[in-house]
Amino acid sequence: MAKKVLLIEDEPNIIEAISFILSRDGWQVDTHSNGHDATEVVREKMPDVLILDVMLPGRSGYDILRDLRSGGGTETLPILMLTARGQNKDREMAEKYGANRFMTKPFANSEVLEAVRNLVGV
Amino acid sequence: MGALNALIAVCLSYVALLFLVAFFAERSAMRGRGGWLRSPLVYTLSLSIYCTAWTFYGAVGYAARSGLEYLTIYIGPSLVMVGWWWILRKLVRIGRSQRITSVADLISSRFGKSNLLAVCVTILAVISATPYIALQLQSVTLSFAVFAEAGGGGQTVYTGESTALWVAMGLSLFTVVFGTRNLDANERHHGVVMAIAVEAVVKLFALLAVGVFVVWGISGGVSETLNRIDASQLGQWQVNGGRWAGLIMLSAAAFLCLPRMFQVLVVENDDEGHLRTASWAFPLYVMLMSLFVVPIAVVGLDLLPEGSNPDLFVLTVPLSQGQQGLAMLSFLGGFSSATSMVIVAAIALSTMVSNHIVMPIFLRMTGGSASVSGDVRHVVLLSRRVSITAVVMLGYIYYRLTGGGEALAAIGLVSFAGVAQVLPAMLGGIFWRGATRLGALAGLSVGFVIWLYALFLPSFGPGFILSEAALLNGPFGIDWLRPQALFGIAGMDPLVHALLWSMMLNSVAFFTVSVMTFPSPLERLQGAQFVNVFQHSGGPRSWSGGVAQSEDLMIMAQRILGAAEARALFQREAARQGLRGDLPEPSPDFLENLERELSGSVGGATAHAMVGQIVGGMSVSVEDLMAVADETAQMMEYSNRLEAQSREVTRTARQLREANSKLTRLSVQKDAFLSQISHELRTPMTSIRAFSEILRDSDGLSGNELNKYASIIHDEALRLTRLLDDLLDLSVLENGQVNLNLRHGHLGDLLDRSVAAAAASDDGRRLRLTRDTATEALSLHTDLDRLSQVFINLIANARKYCDADQPTLEIRVTDHGDLLWVDFVDNGSGISTDAQDVIFEKFARIGEPRVGGAGLGLAISRQIMQRLGGEITYLRGESGAAFRVSLPRAAMAAQ
Repeated sequence: MAKKVLLIEDEPNIIEAISFILSRDGWQVDTHSNGHDATEVVREKMPDVLILDVMLPGRSGYDILRDLRSGGGTETLPILMLTARGQNKDREMAEKYGANRFMTKPFANSEVLEAVRNLVGV
Repeated sequence: MGALNALIAVCLSYVALLFLVAFFAERSAMRGRGGWLRSPLVYTLSLSIYCTAWTFYGAVGYAARSGLEYLTIYIGPSLVMVGWWWILRKLVRIGRSQRITSVADLISSRFGKSNLLAVCVTILAVISATPYIALQLQSVTLSFAVFAEAGGGGQTVYTGESTALWVAMGLSLFTVVFGTRNLDANERHHGVVMAIAVEAVVKLFALLAVGVFVVWGISGGVSETLNRIDASQLGQWQVNGGRWAGLIMLSAAAFLCLPRMFQVLVVENDDEGHLRTASWAFPLYVMLMSLFVVPIAVVGLDLLPEGSNPDLFVLTVPLSQGQQGLAMLSFLGGFSSATSMVIVAAIALSTMVSNHIVMPIFLRMTGGSASVSGDVRHVVLLSRRVSITAVVMLGYIYYRLTGGGEALAAIGLVSFAGVAQVLPAMLGGIFWRGATRLGALAGLSVGFVIWLYALFLPSFGPGFILSEAALLNGPFGIDWLRPQALFGIAGMDPLVHALLWSMMLNSVAFFTVSVMTFPSPLERLQGAQFVNVFQHSGGPRSWSGGVAQSEDLMIMAQRILGAAEARALFQREAARQGLRGDLPEPSPDFLENLERELSGSVGGATAHAMVGQIVGGMSVSVEDLMAVADETAQMMEYSNRLEAQSREVTRTARQLREANSKLTRLSVQKDAFLSQISHELRTPMTSIRAFSEILRDSDGLSGNELNKYASIIHDEALRLTRLLDDLLDLSVLENGQVNLNLRHGHLGDLLDRSVAAAAASDDGRRLRLTRDTATEALSLHTDLDRLSQVFINLIANARKYCDADQPTLEIRVTDHGDLLWVDFVDNGSGISTDAQDVIFEKFARIGEPRVGGAGLGLAISRQIMQRLGGEITYLRGESGAAFRVSLPRAAMAAQ
């Protein structure tokens, strides 16, 4: 059974690109594009890997990350954070709140793929 | 010859007696046993130095020449004494409470311790006293001569200059010995006062004796004498009202202002209560002195040959009757009168000269350093002694130079008029707080100059400085400047004339300048102390001593040092003295220590004054006050400087804080901006990179997919370009380096073009527009392209963000004359109140679905409208999103 990836991202083109890359690698990709209900969506879908953008409409990716790590069965969910704000501060925040991986946009497609694979130990 | 030798012997014995009296009085006073020295009687008798040789001999001469006018000289002072309550009491109180040492000191203290004023008064006093001293020497010399003539015809050994010189030297010696034995803080000289009291008795006794002899011995009784008077021409003298009034006033003024009178009246005064006795005793004394003046004059005129000097009748009448003994007594009376005056005048003048001229020069020359060491007393004594000798010798030189004036009385009155110039400043100073230093200076100078010019110089007669022509016709022929008829007022008695003008202009100058000038703080303080002396100084306080005093000191110290510290200080001292409790004896050591402690808090002078006030029981001196005032001024200046510095520091700190917070704010803004830019740039780049890698790496992509991914790359590249364009545009607008291209145009046309341009970037959403073209028929003068940019942005925003089912944008134009409103209102759900505040900020993108745009459009629009002299605002109260562009019909030139 294919592993599930949930992608929370608001830029349609980026959603399309990542979905394409992961689908081709055999992942089942779900997407969601706003921050308001992101936490609930994650808990409902319970993916194997979560890819989370930082700048989301409605709610910041960090807030979502903190919620996920605070309970509800998502404490150990492998999470890859993506951000376009390439500052050290962002990386520190991501580590502090418990992201497993942190990547700055733009990224190489192979990097994302490898990161996702590593997170689930494939 | 025998008579002369006897006279010399008597004289010397008399002088020796005076020395003894003075010596014993001094010694008693020093041993604290001289209670009798401080009796009101002695005080009253000492006042009799008012009756100098001029009055002893001169009154008779005066009467022989001018009838009863001589009485005016006695009436003036008697009035002052009778009215002691008003002026003298105040002068004496001030003199005691302020430790006044002379007239000059009084005036200078009152007017802010001005040494310039003191020097002026001193010079005036010396100039007017010198002829007077000469007069005394002359009287002694003349009376000697009379005896010499009577004794042996051609004998001239003891006459003339040598006599005067011997007398002058003897008087200097006596004055130096008893006038400067010690430096009493209060300038009291008990020995001298006692000696002149004795002399006062001698001269009264002598004059009465001669009078009794004349009335009963020569005339044969009172009624016979009265008949003689009636028969003589003295009985027919007319009273000149103006001159009488003038002379009474003059003698009253001189009584107060003469340095020697001030010395005995105020400085030597031991007890204010003595004034009460003197107020009746002194008029009685002068009445007795004047009782026999007229009889002696009448008898003298009768008995003695025509041309005899009436000034010597007191001496010559007894001599002509062969009464050697009586004549001798009379001589001693005259001698007493002369010597007592010279002695006291020399003391008073030397105090002034030494304190106000010699010592200031000495202190300045030694840089003031001597004032703290002990040897300054020695210098003061020396300067006093030299001054005494100088003053007496000045009189002698004057006597030699003028060769002795004809009429004794005339010189006396000239002197009186001179010192009377001090009166306005003196009375003004003690009764009027508004009197100022410059006023006193002006009054004194004006009075002094007029006196010099109208009375003093003419008194030498024509040819001395003032030529005869100048006297008669005025200097350089200027008529109204004639010395004895100033301002063309001729025909007055020269004395009254000079007195009137000098006193009047003196008072006017004093008053006017005082009113016009502003007193210094010290002057104001002194003025209050002088004018309200009865409120400021209690009666003389006694030295209570012991524990009571320590308690006062303790209370004061607690106020200044704080309760705990003061108690500790006192307890330490009490323990050191071996006393129980916490109140030590006020020993000198302790006082010094306390003063040092206090001066740390309030300054040395203040501490000294405070301790002195409690321990000495005496009031604070002018010097103390001045030092206190100086200290206070310095402290205030220092504290002002500190305050200014502290204000400066505070201001700088605030500026720094403001600058810092501004920088912080800027830094935060810069970080946020960079972060935003980064995001806006990386997002399209992410898509471009991802899809270009897909295109490169993925095999077997369908034609459809290839086409789609290439389009995404293309669109994202365009988005990047737009973003960079916007950023550059905004940067240019914000930096103000924008060149406006002002043109004339039509609003309707501009809106048409904007709508068309916005539609060109149509993303497929339909937007209906509602316009009223009739209202758009307006001409503009502005940068049409920039304005169009704003319109396009607003229309595009509505197209992108209006969330209604059938999005409609209404464009409304309102004409306000010079100002236009173009409102863009859509039918969507609008913008939340929170967001309304930030929509014009950079990257303040709101709304959920991203529809391109970096969030710079409104920020750019706002900048553009500012450049065009208008503004863009969010319109509240509309249902949908609503923006108002307001702009002037004719934009200003580029700013």
